[in-house]
Amino acid sequence: MVKRIGMEVSIAAAEAVKQANVDVISAYPITPQTHIVEHLSELVANGEMDAEFFCVESEHSALSVCVGSEATGARSFTCTSAQGLALMSEITYIASGLRLPIVMIIANRTLSAPLSIWNDHSDAMSIRDCGWIQFFVENGQEVYDHVFISYRLAEDREVLLPVIINMDGFTLSHVIEPFELIEQEKIDQFLPPYQPLYRLHPDRPITMGAFALPAIFAETKKAQEVAIQSSMPKILEVLKAFGDMTGRYYRPIETYKTEDADTLLVTMGSFGETASVAVDKLRDEGRSVGLMKIRLWRPFPFEDLKKVALKAKNLVVIDRAISVGMGGPVASEVKAALYGYDVRPSVYNFVAGISGRDVAPSDFIKMVDKAEIEIEEGNREGYELYGVRE
Amino acid sequence: MTEKLNVFAVRTLTQKEYFAPGHRACQGCAEVLAVRLVAKALGRNVIVSNATGCMEIVSSPLPFTSWRVPWFHVAFENTAAVASGIEAGLKVLMRKGRIPRKKIVSLAMAGDGGTADIGLQALSGALERGHDFIYICTDNEAYMNTGIQRSSSTPFGASTTTSPAGKVQIGQITWKKNMAAIAAAHNIPYVATACPSYPIDLVQKVKKAAEIEGPAYIHILSVCPTGWRSAPELSIKLGRLAAETGVFPLYEVDHGKYRLSIDFPKLKPVKEYIKLQGRFRHLTDDMIEQIEKRIRKEYEELKEKAAKGARDDSNRG
Repeated sequence: MVKRIGMEVSIAAAEAVKQANVDVISAYPITPQTHIVEHLSELVANGEMDAEFFCVESEHSALSVCVGSEATGARSFTCTSAQGLALMSEITYIASGLRLPIVMIIANRTLSAPLSIWNDHSDAMSIRDCGWIQFFVENGQEVYDHVFISYRLAEDREVLLPVIINMDGFTLSHVIEPFELIEQEKIDQFLPPYQPLYRLHPDRPITMGAFALPAIFAETKKAQEVAIQSSMPKILEVLKAFGDMTGRYYRPIETYKTEDADTLLVTMGSFGETASVAVDKLRDEGRSVGLMKIRLWRPFPFEDLKKVALKAKNLVVIDRAISVGMGGPVASEVKAALYGYDVRPSVYNFVAGISGRDVAPSDFIKMVDKAEIEIEEGNREGYELYGVRE
Repeated sequence: MTEKLNVFAVRTLTQKEYFAPGHRACQGCAEVLAVRLVAKALGRNVIVSNATGCMEIVSSPLPFTSWRVPWFHVAFENTAAVASGIEAGLKVLMRKGRIPRKKIVSLAMAGDGGTADIGLQALSGALERGHDFIYICTDNEAYMNTGIQRSSSTPFGASTTTSPAGKVQIGQITWKKNMAAIAAAHNIPYVATACPSYPIDLVQKVKKAAEIEGPAYIHILSVCPTGWRSAPELSIKLGRLAAETGVFPLYEVDHGKYRLSIDFPKLKPVKEYIKLQGRFRHLTDDMIEQIEKRIRKEYEELKEKAAKGARDDSNRG
């Protein structure tokens, strides 16, 4: 049994970046991401990590520096939140279009206005279509583990895509959790130094970032789409290899007590653990309720999701962001996944916990109750903001 | 004197071209000439980060490229940050023994919009962080690539599509932003102005910038016949007139010390420069006089700084 130690999740994330032998770190401070970069700068300042560290003048430049360094073949890392992500969003699209395997942690936080430093997924949703592989993790251990998983995956020559690890701000970033750290030798074996297919170097001059006329643009986008779609088997392969190394097997869609469940809660991120407590309580009361957790947001795991979802009668999708004028973005994806089936579960959608408002196990129970009544009454695709004072 | 010698010295430049012919620049484009000279000056051991703009568009229509050296375009406003990343990446990879050690110049290139307007923050950040890189602004004094819109580098009085000369406005009503002074205010080791009408001077400055450790900034005036409404065959002459009239003085700031590259004891009238350009066609003699007054004053101030630099030198000697 590996020894478990207590650590703040942000510190563990920074330790993972160190253990992943990252070459260049570039970031700009924003709450709640700050503890990660603070600890990384300490590691570099103390000579415990051999990397170039830049605290730059904006998030736009933070990712731009990573794009430059990654293009030379240096393993690069950045992290941000909310407004910072919005500012760097232009470059997120470019990084994936250039097929640069950068890894970024987003300590998820609400996008203004009104200004709020607290957690929800509105920042991640704002760059939903940026072409990165995107994970949502559930707890601190998963943050730590996914740093290695992400670099291994991103740098695979059949993938070559940047990866985002979404972790809930404060709820995860600022809490102390028990960690099983991985020995460095194992990590070095799992994640050898990055060997780029192409790099900017005078010995082999290449042009990167050329512009495309309409006659060729669509072909480049098709290539990108094929790359991310066909990354799915690689994702499964890397998750399996990581599981073989640590005993922690992760899947694109995680399930909890879903067998024979009539109603499934569907969550993404740290909601998962709280919702599982609610599921236990409901099961104790003899209710037929389970939990489906979406870990992989892009590429969206349609097949895995359908396998679980089609067995249920009701899905209660809890979104932590709102697409104003439409509802929850996760629910919209779930509905799209099920559209082709004549017999499919009802999908009731709650937007809950935005801007860090606490969502307790009792709230999940209330949402299940409410959804089951609504669906019973024929409201099969309802949507509401949960717990709003009116 | 040196100016005359330099006319012949052009033949001493390398015959090698790192920026290939067949690009799509307009006829008489002095900017593309500047880029060609910069590429000659730096040779093959360079990685170019190019901001969005004319030079990016004319040189890289997928699947073609004019670049015989590694070249990278990411976005408009972040060229200095990208070049910082390239410098950092090379440095750490050499330190860790993953690529062989050798001198590779990280060169950032942007137009006046990408430098003085949208890229100013990223540039300031990169200069302040002290990366060992060269930043070259090829200044054609407006957003020419998008159709001649004004930038903060457009000179007073110039008519552009967003600062048109109208019935109540004379065109650009603000004075040209002094980017070289802004770069120099960062106390970086090397700042210079240059113009492809003076090719040897330009090449020497770029070579010097490459040798100096730390950030170097070179501001290159680039005549644009399309945007300036001037005859393509006058581009070299216009660049010379810009220097000879004091409109665009050629100088260096070497470790804080100012030095005029060419001193003109008697400046030519600004009108000689202005009258060859359609963008100034609407200016009255009064307005030209107002411009000349300001140009003269700025030139005198620059000369004083250069004189102080020379005095400091002789005091030390």
